[in-house]
Amino acid sequence: TSAVMAAVCGRGLLAPLSGRLWAGPRVPLRSVAAAAPLYDVVVSGGGMVGSAMAAVLGHDIHFHDKKIALLEAGPRKEYDRMPDSYSNRVSSISPGSATLLSSFGAWDHVCSLRLKPFRRMQVWDACSEAMIVFEKDDLDDMGYIVENDVIMSALTKQLDAVADRVEVFYRSRAVGYTWPLSSYSCDTSPWVQIELADGRRLQTKLLIGADGHNSVVRKEAEIKNIEHQYDQSAVVATLHLSEATDNNVAWQRFLPTGPIALLPLSDTVSSLVWSTSHEHASELLTMDEESFVDSINSAFWSNINHSDFIDTAGAMFRSAVSLLKPSGTAVRQLPPSIAKVDPDSRAMFPLGMGHATEYVRHRVALIGDAAHRVHPLAGQGVNLGFGDIACLAHHLSAAAFNGSDLGSLKHLLKFETERQRHNVSLIAAIDVLKKLYSTRLAPLVLLRTWGLQATNALPPVKVRI
Amino acid sequence: QLSLFRLTLKRLFSTSHPSVDLKEMKKFQRLAHKWWDEEGEYSALHSMNDIRVPFIRDTLLNMSSNYHLGNPLSGVKILDVGCGGGLLSEPLGRLGASVTGIDPLEDNIRTADQHKSFDPVLAKRIQYKSSSLEEIVEESMETFDVIVASEVVEHVADLEMFIKCCSRVLKPEGSLFITTINKTQLSYVLGIVVAEKIMGIVPEGTHEWEKFVPPEELERLLESNGLSVKTVNGMLYNPLSGSWSWMESTSVNYAMHAVKSGLQGQSSPTDVPSEVESEQPSATAGTTT
Repeated sequence: TSAVMAAVCGRGLLAPLSGRLWAGPRVPLRSVAAAAPLYDVVVSGGGMVGSAMAAVLGHDIHFHDKKIALLEAGPRKEYDRMPDSYSNRVSSISPGSATLLSSFGAWDHVCSLRLKPFRRMQVWDACSEAMIVFEKDDLDDMGYIVENDVIMSALTKQLDAVADRVEVFYRSRAVGYTWPLSSYSCDTSPWVQIELADGRRLQTKLLIGADGHNSVVRKEAEIKNIEHQYDQSAVVATLHLSEATDNNVAWQRFLPTGPIALLPLSDTVSSLVWSTSHEHASELLTMDEESFVDSINSAFWSNINHSDFIDTAGAMFRSAVSLLKPSGTAVRQLPPSIAKVDPDSRAMFPLGMGHATEYVRHRVALIGDAAHRVHPLAGQGVNLGFGDIACLAHHLSAAAFNGSDLGSLKHLLKFETERQRHNVSLIAAIDVLKKLYSTRLAPLVLLRTWGLQATNALPPVKVRI
Repeated sequence: QLSLFRLTLKRLFSTSHPSVDLKEMKKFQRLAHKWWDEEGEYSALHSMNDIRVPFIRDTLLNMSSNYHLGNPLSGVKILDVGCGGGLLSEPLGRLGASVTGIDPLEDNIRTADQHKSFDPVLAKRIQYKSSSLEEIVEESMETFDVIVASEVVEHVADLEMFIKCCSRVLKPEGSLFITTINKTQLSYVLGIVVAEKIMGIVPEGTHEWEKFVPPEELERLLESNGLSVKTVNGMLYNPLSGSWSWMESTSVNYAMHAVKSGLQGQSSPTDVPSEVESEQPSATAGTTT
């Protein structure tokens, strides 16, 4: 029987019903790798999501005796002091994400560095008067604008705090993954083998891919990814307001070329995220600072895209709504005007959308942009990643407390089901919004105008969002 | 000639090890290498871990005041009788226990040894022996804090002898955990007809209804051998979801926890709550200093 088993294993004929037990190219039988260190969990990718994943597990009581490794291709960055100027890469952190970060002590660090809570979000159309305002009745913060460097600094501190459990490998890029043949065969190692660029090898019971939208883990696992590039790039910059203000509102206007967003960083500074065509983005980057500032102000203030038809139709709808629901429309506030831009703070990066058809395989899980990539228009990107972390950590913690094999598909599939159920509709909605708002065509503008006005008037829908 | 020799040995073996039923052993021989296929013949046993491991873990934690949630069974010596391929030994080992797994079938032990060998932590914490319970009684008197006999007593030839041996190797106030199948009309319909013949949840011929053990009889045997029954819980398998859950009625599967009386011959003073939840999600994070 053992000879038969060996032959069958070698040809990978043992096919489970789900067909999902192993991933990637089949590997011929070979002897157990000599003493490559074995970890319980390896997280590949040391960005915000990867670092947070490693930190959450490192602080989990049921992982007290486990060995975790975090692989980061870049060097360790020292964040002892934040520079006076603000970084141009910022994220909108939802209250749920803040809760996750505080569960392992990182949020305290963020608060002690710098962040800007915002109370209100105004979103409006360039082609009509339609507007939607989000704000919480109880005067709680709706969210927080935090520089990515601040988040990384907080995460690095909390990783240092559990250095006995979490080993961070800087300047370590994984160049190859070898997948176990199946969960129960023969003489080959049942663990995932990882080969680093410098030749070092690691083994792990569970590999978590947090390596971004071009995920190598996902590609090597041969997980199909639905993706397309948008014809848009995002331009980011750090802007200074004309005059100091409370600045606790996040502004977003949908231009035909793409949404432009102003995210508050302090009473005098805001961050720009302007999604527009590649050509326009390049122009914005190369034009002189004065013209750049003018473009931004005009984008927020100009009514050039309005048409009488749409304006009338919109006004009619609004009066109809106010008959039914007198308090249905909110007061439109005016966004702040920009005085100048931080030199050297302008940058651009291309945008796209992606969704992995599977988030998990035997001994593999994808989180963050490796699993799903969205347009920044909804400010959800990193929050989806933090949501993945909360869910996966919950299941892994329970699995550890049950003495289960951490790489077992049983609990990994629960994570996948929960997150796909949550993510798919949101990702699809963001994609639809992006397409809906990329046009000047009257019917679609009318549709979205009325849609926006209706949504603004309906409290239940707004609260859900 | 070799086969005759082996047959003779087996006969000698069975008379001195009445807890081992040779016919039963043959049934499991065929599947000795299939233990670790989570979707294969033993899938129901794999998913049973989702309730039997928390049951054992929480019962022991409730009786102890000194443990760490990161290593809850650390320092506990467990004997897994009829360990098969090690399906239950491994999770108990991961939770920190020192586990000795015994099984009369050598091929099972070989599978179990090979499976644990890749994990250095488990390789140290778990020791497997191809052996019957009687064989280890002499050298293991009052050695173990816990004995686990899961899905075993329905395969044993002499149940009373089995329980006597358990009692001997268990320390005073040690715990015995048993999961098995009741002998009722319902267990015949569900456990044999449906499970084996219709749905193939369990390989055909695995169980014999005649050997199923009603909880009343098991309780009687335990009590008369110095083991005080603390908890009895019914278990139910859902073939559609492939998962187990607790239920009030013990008419099909059930789990039992008993405690060996202390040195003074009195039963253990601590009362174990008889209500057990199926899966307990723990806190997702806790600060550790």
